[in-house]
Amino acid sequence: MNARLSGGLIDRSKPLSFTFNGRTLQGFEGDTLASALMANGIRLVARSFKYHRPRGIFSAGSEEPNALVTLGTGARAEPNTRATMIRLPEGLVARSQNHAGPLGFDLWSVNDLAAPFFAAGFYYKTFMWPRAFWEKLYEPAIRNAAGLGRLSMQPDPDSYDKGFLHCDLLVIGGGAAGLAAALTAGRSGAEVVLADEDFRLGGRLLAESDPLDAATAADWVAKAEAELRALPNVRVMPRTTVFGVYDHGVYGAVEEVSDLPGAPLRQTLWRITAKRAVMATGATERHIPFRDNDRPGILLAGAMRAYANRWAVTPGAGKVAIFTNNDDGHRTALDLQAKGVNLLGVIDSRAGATPFGDYPIFAGGRVTGTSGRKGLRAIRLSWNGREEELSCSALGVSGGWNPNVQLASHHRGRPKWDESRLAFLSHGGPEGLLPAGAAAGEGSTAQALASGQAAARAALEQLGTPAADTPLPQGEDRQIRTEAFWHVPGKGRAWVDFQNDVTVKDIKLAHQENMRSVEHLKRWTTLGMATDQGKTSNVTALAVMAELTGRSIPETGTTIFRPPYTPVSLAVLGGGDTGKDFRPTRLTPTHHWAKAQGAVFTEVGQWMRAQYYPQPGETHWRQSADREAMAVRSAVGLCDVTTLGKVDVQGPDAAEFLNRIYCNMMGTVKVGKARYGLMLREDGFAYDDGTCARMGEEHFVVTTTTANAGLVLRNMEFARQCLWPELDVTLISTTDAWAQIAVAGPRSRELLSRVVDDFDLSTEAFPFMGCAELTVCNGCPARLFRISFSGELAYELAVPARYGHALMQRLMEKGADLGVTPYGTEALSILRIEKGHAAGAELNGQTTAQMMGLGRMVSVKKDSIGAVMSRREGLAQDGRRLVGLQAVDPQQAIPAGAHLLATGAAQTMANDQGWVTSACYSPHVGGHIALGYLEQGEARMGETLVAANPLQDQQIPVRIVPAHFVDPEGDRLRD
Amino acid sequence: MLIPHPLLGPRDAQEFTYLGDAALMQRPDPQAGEAAFADYVFQRDNPAGVHRELWYHEYGDRSWLVVTRDTTTHEILGAKLARNVKMGLPE
Repeated sequence: MNARLSGGLIDRSKPLSFTFNGRTLQGFEGDTLASALMANGIRLVARSFKYHRPRGIFSAGSEEPNALVTLGTGARAEPNTRATMIRLPEGLVARSQNHAGPLGFDLWSVNDLAAPFFAAGFYYKTFMWPRAFWEKLYEPAIRNAAGLGRLSMQPDPDSYDKGFLHCDLLVIGGGAAGLAAALTAGRSGAEVVLADEDFRLGGRLLAESDPLDAATAADWVAKAEAELRALPNVRVMPRTTVFGVYDHGVYGAVEEVSDLPGAPLRQTLWRITAKRAVMATGATERHIPFRDNDRPGILLAGAMRAYANRWAVTPGAGKVAIFTNNDDGHRTALDLQAKGVNLLGVIDSRAGATPFGDYPIFAGGRVTGTSGRKGLRAIRLSWNGREEELSCSALGVSGGWNPNVQLASHHRGRPKWDESRLAFLSHGGPEGLLPAGAAAGEGSTAQALASGQAAARAALEQLGTPAADTPLPQGEDRQIRTEAFWHVPGKGRAWVDFQNDVTVKDIKLAHQENMRSVEHLKRWTTLGMATDQGKTSNVTALAVMAELTGRSIPETGTTIFRPPYTPVSLAVLGGGDTGKDFRPTRLTPTHHWAKAQGAVFTEVGQWMRAQYYPQPGETHWRQSADREAMAVRSAVGLCDVTTLGKVDVQGPDAAEFLNRIYCNMMGTVKVGKARYGLMLREDGFAYDDGTCARMGEEHFVVTTTTANAGLVLRNMEFARQCLWPELDVTLISTTDAWAQIAVAGPRSRELLSRVVDDFDLSTEAFPFMGCAELTVCNGCPARLFRISFSGELAYELAVPARYGHALMQRLMEKGADLGVTPYGTEALSILRIEKGHAAGAELNGQTTAQMMGLGRMVSVKKDSIGAVMSRREGLAQDGRRLVGLQAVDPQQAIPAGAHLLATGAAQTMANDQGWVTSACYSPHVGGHIALGYLEQGEARMGETLVAANPLQDQQIPVRIVPAHFVDPEGDRLRD
Repeated sequence: MLIPHPLLGPRDAQEFTYLGDAALMQRPDPQAGEAAFADYVFQRDNPAGVHRELWYHEYGDRSWLVVTRDTTTHEILGAKLARNVKMGLPE
């Protein structure tokens, strides 16, 4: 174990145990997994993506390309998490990934020996021949070896949520700039949300040794945080990553609520609507590619400084060296020295560089190679015309800093090169997003504080809020001089993108192969892809490419970023909308009653409907459904039909409005009567049917099919508001307001007579298609409709939804001696097929009124939606008609969806004569029956055809019959 | 996306159902014949730039709105009640 350095923001009184690859290790509260691994002297933590090279921790933040680990076990195992971003909890179980065999001896590292064959684009070039080998051999083998971590392949047991936040100012990043912005806006009374991806506010301030005023930076941060948390108008959200910018000031963020296994809530997806936002996202350090620059122990210099100052750890037990092209590298050297780290010296690519303290400097030097198989042992230094090997256990590399401008690119803002800062700055970002601090190239603490405050003031001014006076502390204001130095030329492999194993050579090769645009380069080499999205590699690659082409960086191109900023799990995007919670479940008013009867339910859209009610001794659903259907035909049955859409239409122009909505005449319906109605789409096809009952001169109740309830209301509102707003009519959905129960069968009148209060049910007083408002069960308000879906004498009785359950119970009690039987959707379907009523399968959006045998319903005396187009030639000439089909062998089922063909005809589209829409076994007929559409169907009664289902090689002989298997004259209905 | 509802203020686009070209409000006269209806039913403008479109506040007050939106930037230049637009009424 490496000795901890002094100081740091870890709590030494709170030790934590965790395991890495099965080894139990110790860390402290305040550690990340990365700092704890480093404190335990573990340098090799991962294998690289392509070559399986040994890799260590490279950064101290969300830009980490190497240290991807799998956390947790079993179903909770989560691959590809960044060790640098994981707050160490007690009992954490972490494993390395992407290796065969132990991490120290990865069998797949043979790929590294074969590296010459794995250059950019090797997939496209190598696995071409023979063609059949791709699917059988190459792809499975590659898939097995490639990729990063593995999924558990089990359902995620954790809970996720989503939420909405609204604020005046969203401050993204809790470093110096973000805190200054949040304090300024918070004190001014603006609604502020401050989000930071780290578990501790402070950003880079925590990684530095400089004081703020007289206090340590950490103390000032703690004070600022306490003040912000005390302000009621400020919401402080650590561990919250703003990952994307969307339209109109909407920001997506993920909050890590708990990292403990089994916590009630793991992550929350926040949709933050902000009037203004400050992008105080800081900067990411660049590295400088040189030969074999990917060994464990080689880190970003700024990260090394962060590990020393914040976590009191150093990546190497021996000497540490710095390789830099700028002053910031020297700052790391000074801080390490102050912590007692044994400093080999600073290799500065700038010829005239001078040291900032008492340490050796190699001005104009270069690192030209390294050695150490599983961790850095020595570096090769080229300096003053000499090459020498220097023993060293860690190397910090600094190539300058890239402002984190990703969020500003999410609306196609294209970053612009700033030659004075040698960095891309945001340009053309989304409206209302103000960059500040290091993200705006203002990198010193003093600059960051000032620019954070300035951004907040600008936002407040735009919002018309006076800014409160907010004094800022004195912070360091170093000027960081940088000299462009992008890579060390030479032999061997110099990594640019660690995560995708892309080297300087690969970029050269891509260039030779004519990948001249940056976009082509990225796609050919995969540079900048995967979990880190090239945070440490994109700009360097662009600079290398510029050098190869002899162009400047701005001439070479720019780089653009898309959401998310860091990886977001699909689970949190679902936000808990999984399984049964994927959509709402709607229960009918009699649901609990039906459940108590042992009903089997089926999903119909969002609704749960009783499918059938099995009785003792029934072992197959058809036994139950046949019994229920027969009970309706012989006695009386009850079915909850609440799910049918109901629209209340009222107003002086209600009748005229409905005339235009329905293809048939509705204005002439008399008060107290209902009429069947068919709705067409404007293109002339049929789309929904139902009944339209006139409860009063200016009051209609319209029913729709269950599936189209929402759509019909939407279309009716469209007609009311967008087509004919001059009509005085109002609409409201009452689907959930009324419980509606079908009471069907020859004894339905008798049963109803036992529940209605003083209401004459005789045919004379209340004929077929009658409707009325009345009371039942001693005063319960109700609506009664004499309509039938089964072809029997039937009614539908509606009561306010809260009485639905009680009404069902009352009807069951009162009808016991009449043989009352509850029936489900299966029996409902049998009954309507027997009667030849159209339902969803007949109204599938490709059928017309004419095909349904309802052509004459389309009134020519008035205009209605779809009327004109229904008469167009193509539709008018369609000869297919709805017919009934009866299996020649009654015991042979007719498959729904089967095509109708002449007996003996080949099963080709040319021979196709129609199709079967709905089919069932009819207990009434005593055999299998069906409905279907058939060419010239009306004229072909008695003919025998074949219902063919080529998928299962079925050919069922069927006879064509009228589409009414029950009571074709309709006497029962009218009885 | 936020839609500035003329009665309810800014509302999240998730509360709305999108229909498209506001020209759908110009239903031809029933006497205009099949060709006019074919045009109305099947021909739509889909410009890159400023577009007048119909949005339905389905999970809200069920207003149909005419929203003027730049399809290239998603900037919303205005939203009016379709009813008022059709009747030529002020806001």
